[in-house]
Amino acid sequence: MNLKPETLKKIETVIPRYPERRSALLPVLHLVQEDQGYISKEAMEWIAEQVGVEPIHVYELVTFYPMLRETPAGKKQIRVCRTLSCALAGSYKVCEIFQKRLGAPLNGVSDDGEYSVEFVECLASCGTAPAVLVDDKLYENVTPERTENFIKEHVCPNARPQQPAAEAVEGGEN
Amino acid sequence: MAAQETRMLLKYTDEPGYTPDIGCYIKHGGYETLKKALKLKPEELRQEIKDSEIRGRGGAGFPTGVKWGFIDYKSGKPVYLICNADESEPGTFKDRQLMYKDPHQLLEGMMISAYAIQAKLSFIYIRGEMFRGAKILEQAIEEARAKGFLGDNICGSGYSCDMLVHRGAGAYICGEETGLIESLEGKRAYPRIKPPYFPAVFGLYQCPTIVNNVETLCHVKHAIDMGGKEFAKIGTPGNTGTRIWSVSGHIQKPGYYEFPCGGITMGELIYDLCGGLYPGRKLKAVIPGGTSSKVLNAEDRYTGKLKDGTPFDWSINDIPLDFDSFVHVGSMSGSAAVIVMDDSTDMVEALANINAFYAHESCGQCTPCREGCLWMNKITSRMMAGNAKETDADLLHSVSLQISGRTICAHGEAAAWPTESFVDKFRDEFLAKASGNASAKPESAYRLI
Ligand SMILES: Cc1cc2nc3c(=O)[nH]c(=O)nc-3n(C[C@H](O)[C@H](O)[C@H](O)COP(=O)(O)O)c2cc1C
Ligand code: SF4
Ligand code: FES
Repeated sequence: MNLKPETLKKIETVIPRYPERRSALLPVLHLVQEDQGYISKEAMEWIAEQVGVEPIHVYELVTFYPMLRETPAGKKQIRVCRTLSCALAGSYKVCEIFQKRLGAPLNGVSDDGEYSVEFVECLASCGTAPAVLVDDKLYENVTPERTENFIKEHVCPNARPQQPAAEAVEGGEN
Repeated sequence: MAAQETRMLLKYTDEPGYTPDIGCYIKHGGYETLKKALKLKPEELRQEIKDSEIRGRGGAGFPTGVKWGFIDYKSGKPVYLICNADESEPGTFKDRQLMYKDPHQLLEGMMISAYAIQAKLSFIYIRGEMFRGAKILEQAIEEARAKGFLGDNICGSGYSCDMLVHRGAGAYICGEETGLIESLEGKRAYPRIKPPYFPAVFGLYQCPTIVNNVETLCHVKHAIDMGGKEFAKIGTPGNTGTRIWSVSGHIQKPGYYEFPCGGITMGELIYDLCGGLYPGRKLKAVIPGGTSSKVLNAEDRYTGKLKDGTPFDWSINDIPLDFDSFVHVGSMSGSAAVIVMDDSTDMVEALANINAFYAHESCGQCTPCREGCLWMNKITSRMMAGNAKETDADLLHSVSLQISGRTICAHGEAAAWPTESFVDKFRDEFLAKASGNASAKPESAYRLI
């Protein structure tokens, strides 16, 4: 595992900020995942050593927390909110369009490794449903009618819409 | 006259030109209350908060002053303050506004609270998906530290307290305060059993810890600014201050709306502030306080007696938006997240959506919650897949009743109440799924599962 020097530096600074080292596990896991794209077995062992716990204590976090992953996501990661307010505004349809256009199965990665499409639970943006995360950016009001255009503009400029594009997207990024 | 908002916490947030940086905050009078507070004794501040009668905005509505009163100072251990910024109760998006648009208001409220409880260190536990929120808060903390509003020797008072932003990683149960504490200790978010693990006694690192919601901590600033007794005049007795309601679902103008507790009714919120339903649609159901609160049927009448003995007879539109009224009508105001459903909604399908959430989020420690959530989810999925049985309504209901009251944390109730209330209030729809008499959904309605 080769972590970037900036990542190593951030890890070094974050651990002593906590009264107990173990508290730094989640921040360190986030930093490693940002750097590597996922948490490998090797990474878990390394992190355990840095923080002074057994590897199992790292592994149990990776399996418990939905945002932590043991395999890489697509280069662009689409997360569509599935929960009630977004579903009432069409998020199941939105997710279907993403899957079709990007060739990724639900909760999986496209064959070329470019895209992953996942359902996530309520993103605290229910008043501007449906809510969609593209990597770490939140987009709001991504309605089924707007999704084709949205994909062209924010995800994959070359994806060719099947139908004529709907009105321009105003996904107020938050 | 049509009902209107009265903004206190959100006073400036949506004004053109109002920015989240410290310069803008100070220009609008920011950090003056902290300076004033640092000149008072911590116990005087705690008394002001008691007098203000502020109730927690995170879900349980517990009086903040009383909670602070439980801190075990005799132990001599360090005290910690944690801001619960996990905001994950479905339907809720008010803390996001407060953090993203006016982070220094939260920081000022937190530093006043930290001083009042004599915290040694404070944390903001923010949900992992709020990437930009964590950056905004970190930036705000840097700015505040540079100006001496947090960190060492705050405003020259001799009191020191630093603040850390800690990001979660996508688990709803981290919003439960003891689950949050476990998570902050670097463990799985397995809630702790109370007693004995009341955070104010055995919290973070087994030290006295106060966990308060973002909105609650913002209110602290205003209560200290105007004085507890003055604050208590806003709203109605026992339901003090303003509150921010998140409105979503089948509604013309979804959004966040702030007004004094009890100052507006459900009908005024839906029709005056939110512009009513979509054309041609009728109100069918309202979830008043996030998906964990019991659903209300728009056709029902709600009758009973208020605390003071006055009888009430309300339609759904008459219910005052405060803490107590939703208990009177058999639900709760929870996180003040109103989800509106019109007559295009299939209630079995809506419950199936909710059940998928709780089945995903149960931490798995207690059998009734772990197994019960899975079974409720299996039954509603099966019903939606066209395999409903005549006995399913009763089975769902009985599973839900076997969860509540038998678990370590309130996730048990949070998961059971939707099923219990959906079946109670819309029993015919659940039965119709089995008999094949269910009416078809209008084409405009999206699938929910
Ligand atoms: C399953 C569950 C989820 C919760 N999620 C949140 C949350 O996301 N944000 C929050 O402030 N409180 C949440 N709470 C309530 C907290 O446990 C706690 O009561 C609250 O943070 C206390 O702050 P307050 O007194 O200021 O309301 C949740 C409770 C339960 C049982
Ligand atoms: S009630 Fe559910 S979420 Fe809470 S501790 Fe038990 S299993 Fe975990
Ligand atoms: S339900 Fe999708 S953001 Fe809340």
